[in-house]
Amino acid sequence: MTRPAPVLDRRNVLSRLFPSTDDMLFISGLAGPARDAAQLLDDGDNLFTMAGTMGAAVPMGLGVALAAPERQVAVINGDGELLMKIGSLATVATMAPENLSIVCLDNGCHGETGGQTGHTSHRTDLAKMAEGAGIASVMVLETEDQMDAAAKFLVDAPGPRFLQVRVTDGPPHPYKRNFDPAYCRTKFRDAFLGRR
Amino acid sequence: MSTEPRDSWSSELFDLLVGAGITLFPYVPDAGNKRLIELAAAHNESRPVLLSSEEEGVAICAGADLVGQRGVLCMQSSGLGNCTNFLSFVKGGGFPILMLVTMRGDYGEGNPWQYPMGQAVEPILHTMGVLTYRVETKEDLLPAAEAAITSSGNGRQAAALILSQRFLGAKAF
Repeated sequence: MTRPAPVLDRRNVLSRLFPSTDDMLFISGLAGPARDAAQLLDDGDNLFTMAGTMGAAVPMGLGVALAAPERQVAVINGDGELLMKIGSLATVATMAPENLSIVCLDNGCHGETGGQTGHTSHRTDLAKMAEGAGIASVMVLETEDQMDAAAKFLVDAPGPRFLQVRVTDGPPHPYKRNFDPAYCRTKFRDAFLGRR
Repeated sequence: MSTEPRDSWSSELFDLLVGAGITLFPYVPDAGNKRLIELAAAHNESRPVLLSSEEEGVAICAGADLVGQRGVLCMQSSGLGNCTNFLSFVKGGGFPILMLVTMRGDYGEGNPWQYPMGQAVEPILHTMGVLTYRVETKEDLLPAAEAAITSSGNGRQAAALILSQRFLGAKAF
């Protein structure tokens, strides 16, 4: 199967997908997706980013979604880290949290380590893998004219939701987020528990 | 039903865990945690989470901690090897991960495939900054479980309760 070359610039995606972020909880993986998520939220109290533990974003988001069922939770990650622990999509599908969305910024390469090609630039289809895992709602976003529908999908489609965003291999936002995981844990936790 | 020794200690351990406010039970199935997970499924305040691989459970418990909830990752010792990288949440982040490790490759093991990982469990946990509480006899169980729950109860420290094959009984080959 040949797919059209990606056209979306990742730096223009998250702010369009999440026009309102205040009531949501965000978990991001590492590298580019963490930078983009930190830019979206100004590294705020409702975001936990990683700079290691590759593949942990989906199960961490699942843990948040199960433990805080009254809140909407979004995972922002990349194709490489998602594939590293792809089985976690089955775990999400089985638990079926209605309040969880997974957004995968799929640039088809390992941008953080030099742009080496990844499986999705070959034959691997993440949306089909998510469907095969049993995720309730799955969508692929690859053109500008699908953006509003994708934002609506993240609000209205039955959860859990998986949105594959096909983006070019261009750079993420150059945002410098906090790299101290203990600080980030305390910041997120205190904000959440203080708010309840 | 409740004639096996595993049924009675599983029940006592489950009561202790739920009493400590532990609500999520991410697990990869093992003979040693079978009854405990059945109890978690039957109780209205606890929830088992079937994993595809053990390290997911480390991240799930870390996610639950971010919103003030607690979980216990239940797995066979072989699965601890899958968790190593994700245990970076412990030393780096101070996430209070609690684990229940049911041993293979331990006292009386008859399967040589199980020994390499079984014997590496405690060194790996210690290297990654996790306290270990080993259970050899029935009398050890509740005090060790309580110590593990307490040490991981207030953040910063992770703990593993290790149920040895001397306690569990070795699988026959």
